[in-house]
Amino acid sequence: MQHKHSFLVALAVFALSSFVSAGDVSGTVKFDGTAPHMKPIDMAKEPVCQKEHNPPVAIQAVVPGPNNTLDNVLVYVSKGLPAGKTYPTPGQPVTFDQHGCMYNPHVTALMVNQDFHVTNSDPVAHNIHPLAKVNKEWNKSQPPGSAPIDAKFDKPEITIPIKCNIHPWMRGYLAVFDHPYFAVSDADGKFTIKGLPAGHYTITAWQESWGEQTAEIDVPASGAKTLDLTFKARPVY
Amino acid sequence: MSDAAVHAHQHTEPTGFIRKYIFSMDHKVIGRQYYYLALFSVFIGMILSWLVRFHLVWPAAHIPLLGKLSPNGAPGGVMTPEYYLSLLTIHGTIMVFFVLTTAPQGAFGNIFLPIEIGAEDMAFPLLNMLSFWTTFAALIPLLLSFFVGDGPPISGWTAYPPLSAVGSDAGPGLGTGQTLWVISIFLFTVASLIGSINFIATTLDLRTKGMSMMRLPITVWAWFITAILSLLSFAVLSTACVVLLLDRLGGTSFFIPGGLVISDKLQPHSGGSPLLWQHLFWFFGHPEVYIAILPSMGIISHVLSTMARKPILGYRAAVYCLCSLGFLSFTVWGHHMFLSGMSPYSAFTFSVPTLAITIPSAIMTLLWLGTIWGAKLRFTTPCMFCLGFVSLFISGGLSGFFLAQPTLDVYLHATYFVVAHFHLVMGVASMFGIFAGTYYWFPKIYGRLMSDSLGKLHFWITFVGAYCIFMPMHYLGLAGNVRRYAGFVDNYMTGLIPVHRFITVSALTVGAAQFIFLFNFLWSIKHGKVAGDNPWESTSLEWSTSSPPPFNNFGDRIPIVNHGPYEYGLGGDRDFVMQDDPALPATRS
Amino acid sequence: MGRAFAVVVILITLVSAYFFAAHTWWLPDGASSHAPALDEQFKSTFLEAGLAFVLSQILLGIFVWKYRDKGDGAKPKLFPGGAKGPVLTAFILVGVELVGLELMGSKVWAQLYYQQPPADAVKVYVSAEQFAYYFRYPGPDGKFGGMHPDKIDVSTENFFGLDKENDVDARDDIVTGTLAIPVNRPVELILHAKDVNHSFYVPEMRIQQDFVPGIEIPIHFTPTKIGDYQIVCTQLCGLGHYSMKAPLKVLSQPDYDKWLLEQAANQ
Repeated sequence: MQHKHSFLVALAVFALSSFVSAGDVSGTVKFDGTAPHMKPIDMAKEPVCQKEHNPPVAIQAVVPGPNNTLDNVLVYVSKGLPAGKTYPTPGQPVTFDQHGCMYNPHVTALMVNQDFHVTNSDPVAHNIHPLAKVNKEWNKSQPPGSAPIDAKFDKPEITIPIKCNIHPWMRGYLAVFDHPYFAVSDADGKFTIKGLPAGHYTITAWQESWGEQTAEIDVPASGAKTLDLTFKARPVY
Repeated sequence: MSDAAVHAHQHTEPTGFIRKYIFSMDHKVIGRQYYYLALFSVFIGMILSWLVRFHLVWPAAHIPLLGKLSPNGAPGGVMTPEYYLSLLTIHGTIMVFFVLTTAPQGAFGNIFLPIEIGAEDMAFPLLNMLSFWTTFAALIPLLLSFFVGDGPPISGWTAYPPLSAVGSDAGPGLGTGQTLWVISIFLFTVASLIGSINFIATTLDLRTKGMSMMRLPITVWAWFITAILSLLSFAVLSTACVVLLLDRLGGTSFFIPGGLVISDKLQPHSGGSPLLWQHLFWFFGHPEVYIAILPSMGIISHVLSTMARKPILGYRAAVYCLCSLGFLSFTVWGHHMFLSGMSPYSAFTFSVPTLAITIPSAIMTLLWLGTIWGAKLRFTTPCMFCLGFVSLFISGGLSGFFLAQPTLDVYLHATYFVVAHFHLVMGVASMFGIFAGTYYWFPKIYGRLMSDSLGKLHFWITFVGAYCIFMPMHYLGLAGNVRRYAGFVDNYMTGLIPVHRFITVSALTVGAAQFIFLFNFLWSIKHGKVAGDNPWESTSLEWSTSSPPPFNNFGDRIPIVNHGPYEYGLGGDRDFVMQDDPALPATRS
Repeated sequence: MGRAFAVVVILITLVSAYFFAAHTWWLPDGASSHAPALDEQFKSTFLEAGLAFVLSQILLGIFVWKYRDKGDGAKPKLFPGGAKGPVLTAFILVGVELVGLELMGSKVWAQLYYQQPPADAVKVYVSAEQFAYYFRYPGPDGKFGGMHPDKIDVSTENFFGLDKENDVDARDDIVTGTLAIPVNRPVELILHAKDVNHSFYVPEMRIQQDFVPGIEIPIHFTPTKIGDYQIVCTQLCGLGHYSMKAPLKVLSQPDYDKWLLEQAANQ
């Protein structure tokens, strides 16, 4: 009977372990020092959006989370992937919405040729202008009630600022990858890159005001790996 | 027979379809080609104006056809603000250049200038053919702009740099489409320059025996003066276009200063002046609007005289007025620029001649009124359009009084008051001149009359409807309604939208009525009542030849002029004397 | 047909004139010190143009009604004196108006453009860009920092390209999206275009001026009524031209001082 019991336990452990994908890299992005003062955005020119933010929303150059964490940091594998390997483009679109005259999400990452699906949830017109340098730069308006815009970027590019011509304060960032190993930190600074095969990699974190931080990591054949990245706080003018 | 040398056959009658109707050097064919080009253009321009007016009052409307034609301009059938501006830009460009500069001068002038002076053709028939086909070629890049890059240009028919010069950084609608626009206008200026040389040479050199300058019909004076204006002003525009192209494509900075940040990019230009373009453009632009109105003033004077059975009051005064309007039109361009940032000390140097130019305009109006006084008006369709012109010219001209004063322009500049002013004088009054000319000269060109009842229906809807469209725009302007806005959202203008609705409904109605005209025109070519040589009992030389005229205009006869152009009112059965009637004994002409 | 024309023309004239005279859609009340003089000029012009409009259209109508071909073979009548009357009338009428209106108009124009604002005018830099206005106050030190186009960063609200790190004068500059000015004090606005042509228009203030890239254009006026107004763009500047506006607040001096402090806290 003891053998049967330990066999069942081993079976359970084995079953459980198959839910933990081999090679997840998770962690938290933090900063050292004091969070810089973020000026409130003056939306006086668009009263309809100004009303949506009481108190006014701050500029998103640095968005701190609790305990000195950082929101909106792009984290991705920059070195170590096998050369020449292609990865399938995910079928589902990445959504990008304009609401309250702000972009949501502020930082978006997707794969080459993945559908970039832009919607306008405001009662005013917006104008989407990805300032791409490697991909083709385009500029389209989206009046309220018009169809969503579906676009594709066919070359990797890190990063593409997105602006709205009509509302100068609107700013977003787009990162286009030819592999699926990237993530954007959330409001608690947490991120997870899933399914990375075993190997030695360089992970880069990109923050729009503070540039980049890199770290080297060895990903095992199975199991999770934790990686924390820290930026040094600097004032933003 | 030495006069025969003056009238030596310019060219023999061509055979074959292509030489007769396509690449013809016959001024009558070329003039008709100009007319058809203008007719095609005006319907496009009108449809664009419908879309513009529609969007202003129903901005969220889904127009599926539009969505299919331009998925970028109207995604899901909802018009984007840049598409609105591009429709507005092409509307203005087509109307000013391809309708108002083409039909009165290129069409009517070409067909009737030689005939009215007793000539066989224009002085340079080959140049004449070239001028038409260059005009035609100019339309192509303009229409092509709808189908390339990110669409037609959005900078208005005035195309002010830096917006029109820096390219796509300043937004959609400023890329290839804008370049095509500049090329189109440049080609148009070349065509105009060629054409105006022809008009001037013909008027000076090919008048038949007895046709002194002071016996010329006022139409000829108007075409002649307009051609001089064209020659001088289009030359400046063509230069400006080349320079704008250089800034766009050649990396120069004639119109673009340094330090500009557009779409977060520091622009690689320095040293230029946006005001330079404005000076060049308006130095052309103001004579251009007189190019648009003078031929119509000539046509109205001419047709009114026939329909009133009276000579035009003050032939000499009218000629001097047309000359002074032409001259003064070159001195007033800065009144488009009072608030442009040019030296405020220059304001009065432009304002004084602008107010002064109302003197010849007022004299012309009083001369027309004085012609109607004591007349025996025959209310034919052409007559109605003449009378309508006088009313519209008064209305449109008087709003100019306000705009000519820099202080009032501080308030009225760039409002709908300006839109009302130029539409009434150009868009309606000048159009009425074209309509009057069409109904009047149609029998001469096609040998058949247009339907008078359809013509009158067209007149009434258009006349009343035009006032319904453009009179309310004065009120909008007084209330501070800004022009060239794709919508009135979250600003003090939203309360004026009901007035805009009234205007839009009127515009669509007037637009629909133009199809009555189009039908009448096309149908009458084959089915109109046969006209004789002179259905209106008119005095000028075109009415002394057959309808339509023979290839060399007068057959084997060389007309000899013994009378002035407006010998009407003699009483009795035949109350007029034609210009080439035999000289009456003891009558000084 | 002629009689119908006469009736229609006169009707159109009377209906149009009615709406002008009744001020159904009209200029908003003036709120600046030069507005009364400008409005006086408007009134004079309206009277003259209005009279000319109504008289000439009615004359046109009457003549068209009366002078139709009755088919009786009678001769038409030539206007007595020929063209002399119309020519003289036009010269006198227009000449008088020309002199009158130009003389009248020059005073307001001089006030706006030839006269300098007093030294204690409230000075504000205005930057117009696609498609918003931003305003810069000098702050407590009374000095404006320098503008550096390469330092402009709209995502951090640095619309004027201020170098707060290195430029001491720039550190207390106040940048806002709303223009607030104190009532009954002259204000001088320095108009600066960041990208293309724009314009500054406030109907109640009877003020309008284009922004020209490459030139800094000063304008000045004195607001005389406390209230909320709108600044709108009147020079075609791209797709968002219709959306380009900013609030103008005319406040009492104490309210203005308070507002300025509140804005300073937001920098």
